[in-house]
Amino acid sequence: MRKLIVSPAPHVHGSESTRKIMLDVIIALAPSMLVAVYFFGLSAVQLLLVSVLVCVGLEYLIQKYMLRRQPTVSDLSAVVTGVLLALNLPPSAPWWVAVIGGVVAIGITKMTFGGLGHNIFNPALVGRVFLLVSFPVIMTDWTVPESIFRPGVDAVSGATPLAMIKEGLAQGQTVDQILAANPDLSYGQMLFARAGGSAGEASALALILGFIYLLVRKVIRPHIPVAIILTVAVMSGIFWLINPEQYTDPLFNILTGGLLLGSIFMATDYVTSPMAPKGMVIYGIGIGVLTVLIRYFGSYPEGVSFAILIMNSIVPLLNKYIKPARFGKEVKHA
Amino acid sequence: MRRTFSMGGVHPRDCKISADSAIEIFPLPQRMYISMSQHLGAPAKPLVQKGDKVKVGQMIGASAGFISANIHSSVSGTVAAVEPYADLAGNPVMHVVIDVEGDEWEESIDRTPDTVREITLGPAEIIKRIADCGIVGMGGASFPTHVKLSPPPGKKAEFLIINGAECEPYLTSDYRLMVEHPEEVLLGARIMMRALGVTKGYIGIEDNKPAAIEAMRRLTASSYTEIEVVPLKKKYPQGGEKQLIDAVTGRKVPSMGLPIDTGVVVQNVGTSYAVYEAVQKNKPLFEGVMTITGQCLGGQHNFLVRTGTTFDRILEHVGGVPQTAAKIISGGPMMGKAVSNLSAATVKSSSSLLLLTEEQTRRRAEGECIRCGKCVEACPMGLEPYLLNKLSRAGRMEELEEHKVYDCIECGCCVFTCPAYIPLLDYIRIGKADVMRIMRSRPKK
Amino acid sequence: MGTTFIFTVVVLSVLGLLLAVVLFFIAKKFKVEEDPLIDIVEATMPGANCGGCGFAGCRAFAEACVRTRSLDGKFCPVGGNAVMQKVAAHLGVTVEDKAPMVAVVRCNGTCANRPRVTEYQGSVSCRIMSSLYSGDTGCRYGCLGCGDCEAVCKFGAIKVNPETLIPEVDEEKCTACGACVKACPKGVIELRNKGPKNRRVYVSCINQDKGAVARRACSAACIGCRKCEKACPFGAITVENNLAYIDFNKCKLCRKCVAECPTGAIHAVNFPPKPAAPATPEAAPAAAPAAETPKE
Repeated sequence: MRKLIVSPAPHVHGSESTRKIMLDVIIALAPSMLVAVYFFGLSAVQLLLVSVLVCVGLEYLIQKYMLRRQPTVSDLSAVVTGVLLALNLPPSAPWWVAVIGGVVAIGITKMTFGGLGHNIFNPALVGRVFLLVSFPVIMTDWTVPESIFRPGVDAVSGATPLAMIKEGLAQGQTVDQILAANPDLSYGQMLFARAGGSAGEASALALILGFIYLLVRKVIRPHIPVAIILTVAVMSGIFWLINPEQYTDPLFNILTGGLLLGSIFMATDYVTSPMAPKGMVIYGIGIGVLTVLIRYFGSYPEGVSFAILIMNSIVPLLNKYIKPARFGKEVKHA
Repeated sequence: MRRTFSMGGVHPRDCKISADSAIEIFPLPQRMYISMSQHLGAPAKPLVQKGDKVKVGQMIGASAGFISANIHSSVSGTVAAVEPYADLAGNPVMHVVIDVEGDEWEESIDRTPDTVREITLGPAEIIKRIADCGIVGMGGASFPTHVKLSPPPGKKAEFLIINGAECEPYLTSDYRLMVEHPEEVLLGARIMMRALGVTKGYIGIEDNKPAAIEAMRRLTASSYTEIEVVPLKKKYPQGGEKQLIDAVTGRKVPSMGLPIDTGVVVQNVGTSYAVYEAVQKNKPLFEGVMTITGQCLGGQHNFLVRTGTTFDRILEHVGGVPQTAAKIISGGPMMGKAVSNLSAATVKSSSSLLLLTEEQTRRRAEGECIRCGKCVEACPMGLEPYLLNKLSRAGRMEELEEHKVYDCIECGCCVFTCPAYIPLLDYIRIGKADVMRIMRSRPKK
Repeated sequence: MGTTFIFTVVVLSVLGLLLAVVLFFIAKKFKVEEDPLIDIVEATMPGANCGGCGFAGCRAFAEACVRTRSLDGKFCPVGGNAVMQKVAAHLGVTVEDKAPMVAVVRCNGTCANRPRVTEYQGSVSCRIMSSLYSGDTGCRYGCLGCGDCEAVCKFGAIKVNPETLIPEVDEEKCTACGACVKACPKGVIELRNKGPKNRRVYVSCINQDKGAVARRACSAACIGCRKCEKACPFGAITVENNLAYIDFNKCKLCRKCVAECPTGAIHAVNFPPKPAAPATPEAAPAAAPAAETPKE
């Protein structure tokens, strides 16, 4: 007979593993990746490939040669970061932008804090924001490159919907006038597929599909995305009711500016979001409020990335002070 | 909508592969090793010496304290030794070793197969009989039953809940009892209700055991109307006392509190059966149903095993330990104890021997915590296992206490669900023990 | 422009003055009277804050010394006699030198001597392992090899040898603070007199099982045969519960017991190689594995 194994209970483990969770996130991102490739063609493929390769490669090299420990890239977390970074870039961005973004995301945001599980900020988002402030022209150039899937269509210039609105308002137009002037801004376009925006947010429907998949597989809980979307809806709704000439309606706010991509895939990042349900709701509301404030009163037309990063920074506090509901009331024992 | 407990929990595959194996009587071994420490509390005092003749059911160990229990011989024969003998963890415990000769029972025990329905004893007599017969909780903790049936002054029981959840995967001993002896289980419940002076009883059964629910319902509909069958939605750890009370009555046992604080007493199905046998048949607790199971095992069994039978004797009877078995567990896979010493003997509350293969049970390399919060989600007590693990490893006792480590029921849900394979409970258990010790040593206000 | 400048200077100066006055009064009011001797004593302490003295740290030790004005029952294992003499001088009391101590691991159940009979898969912690069961070898007394002692040692003086899975003490670094003694759930580690020229003889086993049982579990176990007890001319060895123990106060380091022990459970350390040893000096320790363990 072989030597018996002895270990503390429990003696069996569920089927979950870090790798499977990351794989599920990648699967959930697949529809958005497909839409991006369909719309933006080779440039989207190139961004995805470069970004994933840089993220995975850098993590491997840092773990192996700087930290000198067993590389753990097989957990696929770097792949998720790479995909998210690529989907957060303008499809027309040159490949080296993805390289810089990957270096910032993995090299600075993730590995300097100790790797998976230790970073304070979402790596892909820091990568994106770093690029946004370093290369504002490239990062806000939403020219749609020619796609092999849509031959004959020349490069189209497509500003993001929120940028169009902001620009229009600055020129003294009302929201209705701007919308009427741009048939591209219809809800249908935004739901199914629309150029003008980062690669990942071309289709709201694809993102929602991913959301449903993540919920069904119990990878994420609905608290954070729902809290963000409801907060944005309520806040922008109030502004809209006060002055529909100046402010867009709630649905427009939800479907634009990377809100869905951010709330479903970036704000729910395990490492940088709270653990307890109550904390998740507060975190989501915070992101929603900050997003609307930045959009309406900030200088950037879009605010999701900044809002998530700001809320990332208070997650340790939320984890410390917002506790899950305990079972049973406390009784004072004499 | 089936009821279940309100927070946390996990869904391990239930693997009740021995469910259809009827209870067989396990043959008498030649030598019995009867532990004097089969219950929570003070070990019993041996009453016999080497060379003494004993009968089946004769008391051989006397309760030694308020929380303690009597021990009875499970066989007839000659006492070969009264000496320390290694338990399943290899630690020496006082045992009475008996060489088996024949099968001669004490005459006071009613051995007829008839079901005795009429309860003649009063509450005080029932509790005395249960104490005399050495009944302990069969659900795992082995708490002396007579103590549990005597609420402290000022506390009053309102309900009795019979725990038929059997939420641990693989285990089927309670299920077989409910299917084969439903009336005895209900009579045991009725007896305990009389002892407690309560008029309402429940029996909570998980919905993966429809035959047991059906068998119980048939009886409660006609002759046992004071007991209500409550089917529960399958979720682990439904059989935890606090979880079961929550699932059945919606009441929450307070932090640091006992079930009686909500007016509820919980007893296991096996205990109920033992109470019936003690009170109606005058039979002390010296045997119990054990599930012998595991996918690597040729056949699945439920045996009626006399207390003190060695594990290797049982395993030999089912064809020996298969080559592929890597771990042998006494109890279920979530909370059972890994056996390191196969020459150890069964005790009153032994409910199973589970054989798992390396593939089924191997601990995988621990990864980094990704702060997914799945342990927080799974914790049925609303604790934060990831945090307790960290604090415990760092020895930060005040914070551990602040975060209620003492409420941990050690169910293992957090470890089961952790995608990074972090053995959270290993350290939480240690931290909990330390905090409890500190709290106990504090002067009472 | 000029007025702004002057205004700023004036406001800041007045503010600074006001706050200084407030701070002054606060400092006066909340001043804690402390014996200045505490600081002096603390300054002589090694500052390791190891807790080896039984107090919360060096400061707590100094406070206790000054408060009681006595060194009875107080000893800083890290600083040793030198520091204690200095402390005594500060306090104006006398203190007797204590014999220097060292931690000794009393288990020789190496992987070779004591085969593993089960496979432990829990967290690497002796405490967790011992709360679970008697250990992964046949011996329920001996070292578990998970290194709780190593984890708790503030001086890096005790390390588990990955080959033998038995901890080894670096006597240069060991301060005999006793942290490892407390951390070991099996009570394997003992503080013993360092002995003259660091030479000492001790029984490297704490197994109390009967001889046959102990021997089956570990080939280097003390089997309680009493040969050493009979061989000792000084009455330093007693055998109780099948286990020999050498009283270091009585032991005269003659090493007769070492030669008598049938299992090699008695260890003698830091002795020069025996003159009677065969020609090659390297061969001596290998031929008599029990006699010499260079760093224990």
